[in-house]
Amino acid sequence: MSAVTGTDACPRVSRRFRLQWEEAQNAWVLLYPEGMVKLNQSAGEIMRRCDGSRTVAQVVAELEQAFGASGLADDVAKFLELARGQQWIEG
Amino acid sequence: MSATSIPAQPGPPLWLLAELTYRCPLHCAFCYNPVDFATSGPELSTEDWLRVLREARAAGSVQCGFSGGEPMLRDDLEVLVAEAHRLGFYTNLLTSGVGLTPERAAALKAAGLDHIQLSFQDSTRELNDFLSHTRTFDLKQRVAALIKDNGWPMVMNCVIHRLNIDYIDRIIEMAVELGAEYLELANNQYYSWALLNRDQLLPTRAQLERAERITNEYREKYGDRIRIFFVVPDYHETRPKKCMNGWGNVFLTVTPDGTALPCHTAKMLPGLAFPNVREMGVREIWYESEGFNRYRGDGWMKEPCRTCPEKEKDLGGCRCQAYMLAGDPAAADPVCDKSPAHGLVVEALARAESGSGRSAPLVFRDPAASRRLAAGGG
Repeated sequence: MSAVTGTDACPRVSRRFRLQWEEAQNAWVLLYPEGMVKLNQSAGEIMRRCDGSRTVAQVVAELEQAFGASGLADDVAKFLELARGQQWIEG
Repeated sequence: MSATSIPAQPGPPLWLLAELTYRCPLHCAFCYNPVDFATSGPELSTEDWLRVLREARAAGSVQCGFSGGEPMLRDDLEVLVAEAHRLGFYTNLLTSGVGLTPERAAALKAAGLDHIQLSFQDSTRELNDFLSHTRTFDLKQRVAALIKDNGWPMVMNCVIHRLNIDYIDRIIEMAVELGAEYLELANNQYYSWALLNRDQLLPTRAQLERAERITNEYREKYGDRIRIFFVVPDYHETRPKKCMNGWGNVFLTVTPDGTALPCHTAKMLPGLAFPNVREMGVREIWYESEGFNRYRGDGWMKEPCRTCPEKEKDLGGCRCQAYMLAGDPAAADPVCDKSPAHGLVVEALARAESGSGRSAPLVFRDPAASRRLAAGGG
């Protein structure tokens, strides 16, 4: 498990990107020079909580509470690995 | 409606390109601005542009590019950037760097500008200067330092053509030396001024292959330090590009005089009335106007596109290229080897290989040449 996505890490959106809610697309998007990544709902819900103050464990707990679900840790970890690979987040 | 998955109803105009002015201190022989730009109507006022920004944002635009000509020549650029930023746009400035002083850079930073794409000034008139790293290099170095000092990501763009393609290693080294994080090596596309100069600008296949090989070597050498994009020139392909990611699909250009277009060059197309932002709101332009609806979906397609299994992949290519080469905007893009007019592309490539037609002088983009061309002169 990498430093950025371990359960104690506090990932935040990378300075290379800007996370923004877009009403017209009904989605969270990541903006960068001349480009945009449209996030699906679960990705958006994870990314909006990556503010550098919440730990991954807190993000998981919040999501489980918000969506009345349990056992989301693996899914969140998997997404954060992908996000790190894309340089969407930094720790 | 046809039974395919090509939607006739678009999503929002995600990309707004604001071409603020056709004025430009440069004279690039590959410029995509219309050859008759000098006869264009008066530029939109600050108030007009502010309204366009608000309307486009309300319609769902999120990326905003300020371009031209040279957008630094508008002294209200900072005002427009500030409003775009306030509205929630991601703001991009596409500039040669000419006129980007430390004072204006600071003002643009304060206004919330997100990104500057710095183009190489190389316009072939200045080719020697560029290659000798003298004046051009000094300017780019100053501007690159400004970009870094202001914390902007550093994106450099260089249009690649026959006259500079053999120096691609020096271009990449220059970008690395200047600290660019991204480099776009944009092979010339043959529209407008570049079409006039095609015989002089179209590289040979050997030149192109060498450039691609060298680019790959540099990618390996520098890894993550610089991301190099090599935009493939469509003439050397056998399938057309999916132009603008689809007509009226994501992209909205507003020209200096307020004409709204689905791409930078669509104004050339005959028989199409494109609306003006002075007379029509952005939402209506995008969803209702005849000009934007004409080539959406696939109902307009002719053979060989209509029954082509690849039509969803490239949407028949570029309408402007179809018009320029085949004389019909609804024809297949002649880059496609299924196009009945593909021979015209083959012929242009053959002339590039033999070097014939290169004796004609380059036509540089300037107002005098533009007026001459608009009047029908050569």
